[in-house]
Amino acid sequence: MIEREQVLHVARLSRLKLSEEEVAVLERELSSILDHVDRLAEIDIEGVEPTSHVVPLENVLREDLPRPSLDRRRALEGAPDPYEGAFRVPSPQAEA
Amino acid sequence: MADRDLLRATAAETASLIADGQVSATECLDAWLARVGEDDLNGYLWKADAAAAGQTVDRAAADPVAGVPVAVKDIFCTAGVPTTAGSRILDGYLPPYTATAVSRLAAAGVPMLGKTNMDEFAMGSSNENSAFGPVLNPWDHGRVPGGSSGGSAAVVAGGLAPWALGTDTGGSIRQPAALCGIVGLKPTYGAISRYGMIAFASSLDQCGPLTRDVTDAALMLSRLEGRDEMDSTSVGIEGGVDPPSATDLKGLRFGIPADLIGEGMEEGVREVFDQTAATIERLGGSIESIKLPHSDHGISAYYVLAPAEASTNLSRYDGVRYGIRESNADLDSMYEETRGEGFGPEVKRRIMLGTYALSSGYYEAYYGRAQRVRTMIVRDFTAAFEQVDFVITPTSPTVAFGLGEKTADPWSMYLNDLYTVPMSLAGIPAISIPAGTAEPAGGGPGLPVGFQIAAPAFSEQSLLEAAFALEGAIGFNQAPPGAKR
Repeated sequence: MIEREQVLHVARLSRLKLSEEEVAVLERELSSILDHVDRLAEIDIEGVEPTSHVVPLENVLREDLPRPSLDRRRALEGAPDPYEGAFRVPSPQAEA
Repeated sequence: MADRDLLRATAAETASLIADGQVSATECLDAWLARVGEDDLNGYLWKADAAAAGQTVDRAAADPVAGVPVAVKDIFCTAGVPTTAGSRILDGYLPPYTATAVSRLAAAGVPMLGKTNMDEFAMGSSNENSAFGPVLNPWDHGRVPGGSSGGSAAVVAGGLAPWALGTDTGGSIRQPAALCGIVGLKPTYGAISRYGMIAFASSLDQCGPLTRDVTDAALMLSRLEGRDEMDSTSVGIEGGVDPPSATDLKGLRFGIPADLIGEGMEEGVREVFDQTAATIERLGGSIESIKLPHSDHGISAYYVLAPAEASTNLSRYDGVRYGIRESNADLDSMYEETRGEGFGPEVKRRIMLGTYALSSGYYEAYYGRAQRVRTMIVRDFTAAFEQVDFVITPTSPTVAFGLGEKTADPWSMYLNDLYTVPMSLAGIPAISIPAGTAEPAGGGPGLPVGFQIAAPAFSEQSLLEAAFALEGAIGFNQAPPGAKR
């Protein structure tokens, strides 16, 4: 079960603004999905290593040589608010 | 030659027509672009224009596939060409670079016809999660094409492209291929570079071909596979990929995971599956019962792991570097409103689920446990492949379902991927080929049924050989009613 407070907490962690209706729907849907997912608790995982990647790979390295990277002008072309060669963002402090 | 004949040809046949001088690459592209212009499936989000694409054909390499145009899922970054991943948050985005898979095809002289519609950020099994409206199934416009590569599957099946590029995280190539009656191949994780493919779940995402037949799937894979220094997890397929030629299955063992298949399977799907298993035996293959004891937990593990990876991958959409921005009040409000406005309901649901699974106090119970269950699923397949050469299942438990039929209950939608997710978690290659048609539940004209064959990691060649032999014996040669192919 997920409660409303948890939905609001996770939405805050996710930086997602949700409407009241979305909060109510997610409370119900996430609870229902987690009821299914909770079946994983039935499996005995004692001593089993986790898998994060399926292809056995180790230390994929290349020579550390300087090479051209994405041009700054091009990198800024898609930015909503480019300013003097940089990405501009609003102030972290809400204005009074 | 008549355009009609050209539009009915497979990619390999089209390549021969161009090589024999029966049609020029430019004529071929023009004919296809004219068809793309008639898209009545909402399959394309962006369509190439003749002049721009014509230049690509003129520069065509000496490769035999040069001039056979391709439709590309809108999840691949294409320099200067709109790329949305089906999301409003990337509205207007023009990537500064091109994905390796797309540039490899371009280097072989393959022009791009257009970018295909998809579930937002590849999250979905019906294409109903696209911010730009659902794709329609060419067999029945009231039904879904599957997802998330639904646009790519529908345009190939509906005669709007000779072949297409898609991506598969938990079934997103194979399931739409099955529901649209075409071939879809998910290669081994690491066979093809993921560079420039917009990330959903990085430990699972892999691109691959959606084609009219197995030969075309092999042809496209041979051009896509290979190590790419821009993706350190790419390794390629040793020895490459050749056109398949097998005509029988003598001495090959096929395993049916009885503990996985059964649940929620439509009767018509079961009939086609059983007939196809009998065809395997007729071709000299043997059918055995195998155990994949943890695979029925695949969906549960997947819906922890994939959302967890997605929640971190999608943190980059924050209104700073690309895409839309909402509100400029203060930084946090800008993030929250941009993401709240830009993402659709399914993406929000998965970000929430993934963030929850990774949050303090729940990490071990969900993410850690799901990673360990993934290990057990990998081990199940390793054990199965000591007994058999291939694992076979239906691709999807049902034929194409109606638009809106499963949107109210997320879990019932997730169960579409019951048979495809275990292979994704194990990173192994799997192909879906059309095996026949079945009446949908509730009656009506027959709809395509897909047959899935999975093989050990990096054994694409033997997988394609088996699929080719089986395809020949099945003889599925049906196009959707009314499709111009």
